[in-house]
Amino acid sequence: MPIDLPNAESLLARLIEQIRPDVTPRTALVGIHTGGAWLAERLHRSLGIQASLGTIDVSFYRDDYGSKGLHAKPQRSDIPFDVENADIIIVDDVLYTGRTTRAALNELFDYGRPARVDLAVLCDRHGRELPISARYCAHTLDEPLAASRILRLSQDATGTLSLRLIDA
Amino acid sequence: MRIRIANGRLIDPANQLDARQDLYIQDGQVAAVGAAPDGFVADRVIDAEGRVVCPGLVDLAARLREPGFEYRATLESEMEAAMAGGVTSLAIPPDTDPVLDEPGLVEMLCYRAKRLNRAHVYPVGALTIGLGGAQLSEMAELTDAGCVAFSQANRPMVDTKVLKNAMEYAASFGFRVWLQPVAPFLAREGVAHDGEVAARLGLNGIPTAAETIGLYTHIELARLSGCRLHVTRLSSAEGLKMIKWARKEGVDITCDVSINHLHLCDMDIGYFNPHCNLIPPLRGQRDRDALRQGLADGDINALCSNHTPVDDDAKQCPFSEAEPGATGIELLLPLTLKWAQECKVPLMDALARVTSEAARIIGSQRGGHLAPGARADVCIFDPEDETFVSRETLRSQGKNTPFLGFPLPGRVCCTIVEGQIMYGEA
Amino acid sequence: MRNPQLNSHGELQHLLSLDGLPKGILTAILDTAAPFTEVAEREVKKLPLLRGKSVFNLFFENSTRTRTTFEIAAKRLSADVINLNVSTSSTKKGETLLDTVDNLCAMHADMFVVRHESSGAPYLIADHLHATGRNHIHVVNAGDGRHAHPTQGLLDMYTIRHFKHEFHNLIVVVVGDVLHSRVARSQLAALTTLGVPEVRVVGPKTLLPTDVERLGVRVCPTMEEGLRGADVVMMLRLQNERMNGALLPSPQEYFKVWGLTPAKLALAKDDAIVMHPGPMNRGVEIDSAVADGGQAVILPQVTFGIAVRMAVMSMLAGS
Repeated sequence: MPIDLPNAESLLARLIEQIRPDVTPRTALVGIHTGGAWLAERLHRSLGIQASLGTIDVSFYRDDYGSKGLHAKPQRSDIPFDVENADIIIVDDVLYTGRTTRAALNELFDYGRPARVDLAVLCDRHGRELPISARYCAHTLDEPLAASRILRLSQDATGTLSLRLIDA
Repeated sequence: MRIRIANGRLIDPANQLDARQDLYIQDGQVAAVGAAPDGFVADRVIDAEGRVVCPGLVDLAARLREPGFEYRATLESEMEAAMAGGVTSLAIPPDTDPVLDEPGLVEMLCYRAKRLNRAHVYPVGALTIGLGGAQLSEMAELTDAGCVAFSQANRPMVDTKVLKNAMEYAASFGFRVWLQPVAPFLAREGVAHDGEVAARLGLNGIPTAAETIGLYTHIELARLSGCRLHVTRLSSAEGLKMIKWARKEGVDITCDVSINHLHLCDMDIGYFNPHCNLIPPLRGQRDRDALRQGLADGDINALCSNHTPVDDDAKQCPFSEAEPGATGIELLLPLTLKWAQECKVPLMDALARVTSEAARIIGSQRGGHLAPGARADVCIFDPEDETFVSRETLRSQGKNTPFLGFPLPGRVCCTIVEGQIMYGEA
Repeated sequence: MRNPQLNSHGELQHLLSLDGLPKGILTAILDTAAPFTEVAEREVKKLPLLRGKSVFNLFFENSTRTRTTFEIAAKRLSADVINLNVSTSSTKKGETLLDTVDNLCAMHADMFVVRHESSGAPYLIADHLHATGRNHIHVVNAGDGRHAHPTQGLLDMYTIRHFKHEFHNLIVVVVGDVLHSRVARSQLAALTTLGVPEVRVVGPKTLLPTDVERLGVRVCPTMEEGLRGADVVMMLRLQNERMNGALLPSPQEYFKVWGLTPAKLALAKDDAIVMHPGPMNRGVEIDSAVADGGQAVILPQVTFGIAVRMAVMSMLAGS
């Protein structure tokens, strides 16, 4: 059954407005590869964040490594600011089981001890397997998606973002 | 016991016979070929319809591992293997432990073998004491004890002066000297043919020159001493070329090749297959092709198994630490047939390499052929069937062969030694 | 013939040699290594990938250097690392190599990092694991005889890619004792697989394997010819025991003819890089002025080595 997916650009605008009141000079953003990194870059620009933008690839921290192995072509994690005592917002495109967020938290703490960590996502598709919720969430789907379906952010040549639904 | 082997395709290379004829056996020897002798009444008739009946195979090199290596194999186990392979005569290299350098040892070996009543054994005595290359062995005494020739096995003589003396001494009696051609220093520490494969795998190489230099030394010393030289386990095209040259020069020389070198080359080492660690090393494809042609042309006189059972512990090692050698007495016939098929060699010519020609080198008058009066050593095989090589099917205690897992042409159905059925059809 | 390095899905099961590995796998290892280089710069230099796994450094031949790099790599991946110098313990008691392996398997090893003085020893182990149905245990060859040192070859490729970006337009020269060098064999295999159009080797004939040209390289008779126009100069170590005697007359003569000096290096491209697997013999195969000079990338090689080994281990353990 086709599902009407919301416009990602509108959701991003909403997310920006949700986060804006809480931005302080200590706020830093960390985007999770790949979709979260695109979002974080846009947020970073729009919100005028002072700290340099961080990106992480959680491949090395995934808990399904034992069964699925290492992802092809993992990306370099890059945290160009001091994590110690920073207020960090982790940015991801879709919140699902919470396992990616768990991996990102673990990775982040290997760089130091942040003062505070929040989570910002474009879309919550339900199906949590860990006690994790996003402080900033632009949209929550009405119905949970079947496990066989993958919801993913994509970016076209002009940099416009959109949500895509793929059948695994 | 009187046996009539009926309806088979009788092939007797020594007598240029290849025909559908019956073979009659009486009192341990061939009584007649074709028509039954007067008054012959068979106690047993073996129906050899669709099968080949040929002289029992003569193997120029079979290590039975006694004395000294009974944990690897025993006379009993290897004699069983010989019977299953249709091999009724075999020459034993002297590199036992202790080596065959004392008449008493040789007598004991012959006695043990005779009691087992399987294949006839032809010990090859040590040319020098302990194969040490320094002191000559008592060749006359050893001959009396049963030795048919003298050799250094795989331990090349370093001192060419002693080698010359040994060959001269042997020549004074007309004894045969069997030598494996290798220049010892060039082969030192080597485990593989010095070529691309050794380069790629990082294995110590033995250049072809190790064979040709050794061979040239042997040829010149044979010429000098007048000794009857038999070159064992030829491995290279260059070596074969040199043999042909020596014959042109009038040197009396015979040579053999092993089943492994006839079918394999260094590429077969693959990912360090320790079963391909052999002495001499497997050489290039060109060498193998030359050996196959040389055997077909008769430039190489005989084919042997170079049977060398090695226990698993000594083989399951990194390639260069693995003990060299491969078991093979049961594969002699199938690999002869395989070569004959692949190189389009007539069956009679192919069988000559493992019967009459080999018997001639051993000096056996009554073995290796089936004329009336010959020893009734017979091999009956089915040329259409196949032998599958596996650890389970090999009777030899050694399971070490590069042919594990191969289906090979031909299957021995029956082996008769001196008129007694020792394998199959019993 | 089954390639013992790959599993039935064509993934890397063991790393035994670079010879015979498809280009895609070599590239995947180099790609995977890249993000691992960053871990060393973190406060906590650790990733959880091999948490709970036991890595046995099985060294039948002593090498503190190589063992240490594997140990660091495994520990940064959170593995438990057990170092065994087997030369000093079991083999002297008559235990076979495979006995030792069976014993360690019974201790629930997940990975063996093997160094052995005999070419092919890691193949024997991999074969044995396969034959005994222990396909969950992985083998990394940390140097076998003269045969292969695949992680060294990979870190060299990583270094070349780091500085030169591409392989398809390079001239690479390998200088010295190719005959006895497992490093050289792995380098040559990787360079030819990755598409380097011209691989040259230079050295005295006593130190070059017979038929080395069949490995896809050009043999250059002189240093001058070998170095001219080269982008990458890979020096090999000359073992002490080979310096005097039947292979070479003296280290002095070796240095004079095949030692890399600034003057000889000037024949290569201006931006050529100089590599060495270490430890160096200064004044024998390489002049200190070159070893410490601006074109040498010998220390980055060491750093990249850790990342490459982390990449290999995590790809294996996850396959």
